[in-house]
Amino acid sequence: MSNLKKLTQKRLFLPVFCMILVLCINMIYDLSIGHHFYNFFEITMTNGMLNGRLINILNRGSEVAILAIGMTLVVSASAGTDISVGSVMSLCASFCCMLVAGFGVSSVSSAEEFAMPLAVGLIGALLMGCLCGAFNGGLVAYLNIQPMVATLILWSAARAIGLLLCNNLIVYIRVPEFGVFGGYLGPIPTPIVIAAVCVAIVSVVLKKTALGMYIQSVGINKKASRIAGLNSQRIIFLCYLICGLCAGIAGIVASSRITSADSNNIGLDLELDAILAVALGGNSLGGGKFNLAGSIIGAYTIQAITTTMYNMGVPSAVTPVFKAVVVIVIVAVQAPPVKAWFKKRSAAKALAKKEVASA
Amino acid sequence: MKRKFLAMTLALAMGLSLAACGGGTASTPAPAETGEVEATTPAETGSTGDVITVGFAQVGHESDWRTASTKSAQDVFSAENGYDLAFVDCDNDSAAQLEAVRNFIQQGVDYIIIDPIVATGWDAVLTECEDAGIPVIVIDRTIDDSDKYVSWVGSDFKVEGLACGEWLKAYAADKGITEINALVIEGSVGASATIGRTEGFKEIADREGWTILDSQSGDFTEAGGQEVMESYCQSYAGQFNVVICQNDNEAAGAMTAMDNAGVTYGVGGDVILVSFDANKPYVQMVMDGKINANFECNPMAAPTVAEIIQQLEAGETPEKEIYVSESWFVAEDNVSTITVNGEEQECIYVTQEVLDARPY
Repeated sequence: MSNLKKLTQKRLFLPVFCMILVLCINMIYDLSIGHHFYNFFEITMTNGMLNGRLINILNRGSEVAILAIGMTLVVSASAGTDISVGSVMSLCASFCCMLVAGFGVSSVSSAEEFAMPLAVGLIGALLMGCLCGAFNGGLVAYLNIQPMVATLILWSAARAIGLLLCNNLIVYIRVPEFGVFGGYLGPIPTPIVIAAVCVAIVSVVLKKTALGMYIQSVGINKKASRIAGLNSQRIIFLCYLICGLCAGIAGIVASSRITSADSNNIGLDLELDAILAVALGGNSLGGGKFNLAGSIIGAYTIQAITTTMYNMGVPSAVTPVFKAVVVIVIVAVQAPPVKAWFKKRSAAKALAKKEVASA
Repeated sequence: MKRKFLAMTLALAMGLSLAACGGGTASTPAPAETGEVEATTPAETGSTGDVITVGFAQVGHESDWRTASTKSAQDVFSAENGYDLAFVDCDNDSAAQLEAVRNFIQQGVDYIIIDPIVATGWDAVLTECEDAGIPVIVIDRTIDDSDKYVSWVGSDFKVEGLACGEWLKAYAADKGITEINALVIEGSVGASATIGRTEGFKEIADREGWTILDSQSGDFTEAGGQEVMESYCQSYAGQFNVVICQNDNEAAGAMTAMDNAGVTYGVGGDVILVSFDANKPYVQMVMDGKINANFECNPMAAPTVAEIIQQLEAGETPEKEIYVSESWFVAEDNVSTITVNGEEQECIYVTQEVLDARPY
């Protein structure tokens, strides 16, 4: 009993619980149509590559997971969200493909036609991400513009700049070397590896240095942190910079998946998913304390919902409704009044038990 | 240090906004076009002599399809053919498009062609055109809230879907395939192309008793097609023998997903792959045998529009709705004709000459 209580009181309990809840829906569905209950969880090796619904979730959820890293830090430090990440993804992808293919070229089908080495394109994309992050960070940290307003600029402009860079065309780079970042690294989908590496690096930095604590303290009280000797502005700036970098990485993954830069569609509405991931992870959008693992689980939960919709064959037209219902349930379960109610109920139960025992 | 950062971000802001403004001005070439039209034509309507002035308010240039549509207009309404074309690229901005049409009225062009970015909000400006006595011809997309235009020219998406079904029927009969288990990757939910193509194919599928295992939206994008196909490969592993992608980009995504899952497709493969739109790179894939059949969505509305204008010049009344002719491209020569809606149509077996002759 006390073990269970300890478990439920862990910060990560609810996000994990919600994730399992979503996965359970599939189990029940598979059972109801006469499949094995483990059908959804089955991982097979076909064609020398790992295959299965769980792999799909990890693979397709990578972009949102990578974005969620940056978003968590931004939310924590500045009590606001970076709504430009989706557009920045698109810009970075376009920039990368433009560098590699050359301006105005719409299709490259072999490495000999590259205008610049692939590495230059990739580094360029990451730098572009950092630049966008620095722009957002500068506005928020040093000019004290509200995060939503500051990032609104790039939210609308970045995609358009990307389109300009690509001369309003979809730039195709149908080359295996470029496709590997969204394809397979041996048997494992590369996006999973990239997401894992990103999460690992950030968590190590947060754990091994005091950065995590600094970010939280700035988020809780900017002024007090400054008085305590922290450079609050620089820390907020850094968070946005990391967020932009994450968007750059996610942009490369997204464009590599389709070996092209589809500026109109890459990262479309992904900023909302990233914010939702942070919220589903049990983080307050009001800033302060954060839980990176929660956000990552949140990101994969969102993808799990999408994959569930595919698994159950829900018609595309009603998918958003189902998604909304699931999200409402998850958010409601984590809402403070609901939590308080559960606490009260268990306390009342415990009290009743005690009374029975004493009587 | 702080100042440096501030200066940097400010400079960056300026740079970016300049870039954004640059884009804005570059994409509204209306003033330049105005000058050109005024230079070449007298400003009164109807008394232009031999040269017919045509104003064309195009959506933008977001895809190869759109570029082909623009080029078709520029080729047909050329000076050699006795036209003077005032072309405005509206860059997907509906306000700019209304402005462009009003500019055409002021310039006193003889005919206005509109590819409406949005379906509503047209009545006022079309009334202005009517008052000015300028006939309006709508192409591609539709106008829902006004009928003050002469004709609409565009694709019949349902016929595309029907043709797809009829071809599949003939193809399966020829190959001795008795059971069809199809997976459909739809376009964006609610788009007219999605609705028409889905309806058309479903009609034939219901008539022939085929099974449509699943039908999910891939949003007309490569990423969408890839994700949906990836999921299909797991849900229906080994159960499907036909994949219908409602545009070329989705087909590209589906091919990647099937490659990864080890499913073979195209000529000689386990799965019959069908696509719509028939952009040139994808007609090439038909020739290479990767796609079994590709059903065109013809962007070349301009020749038909020219016919309408000639009819109007001759004092005739053209039809209100005119569908452009579309071609069906196939990878094998076993099916040469299909009957769609009681009308016999040709299936074009793609060769290098066919491919080279494709304008887009």
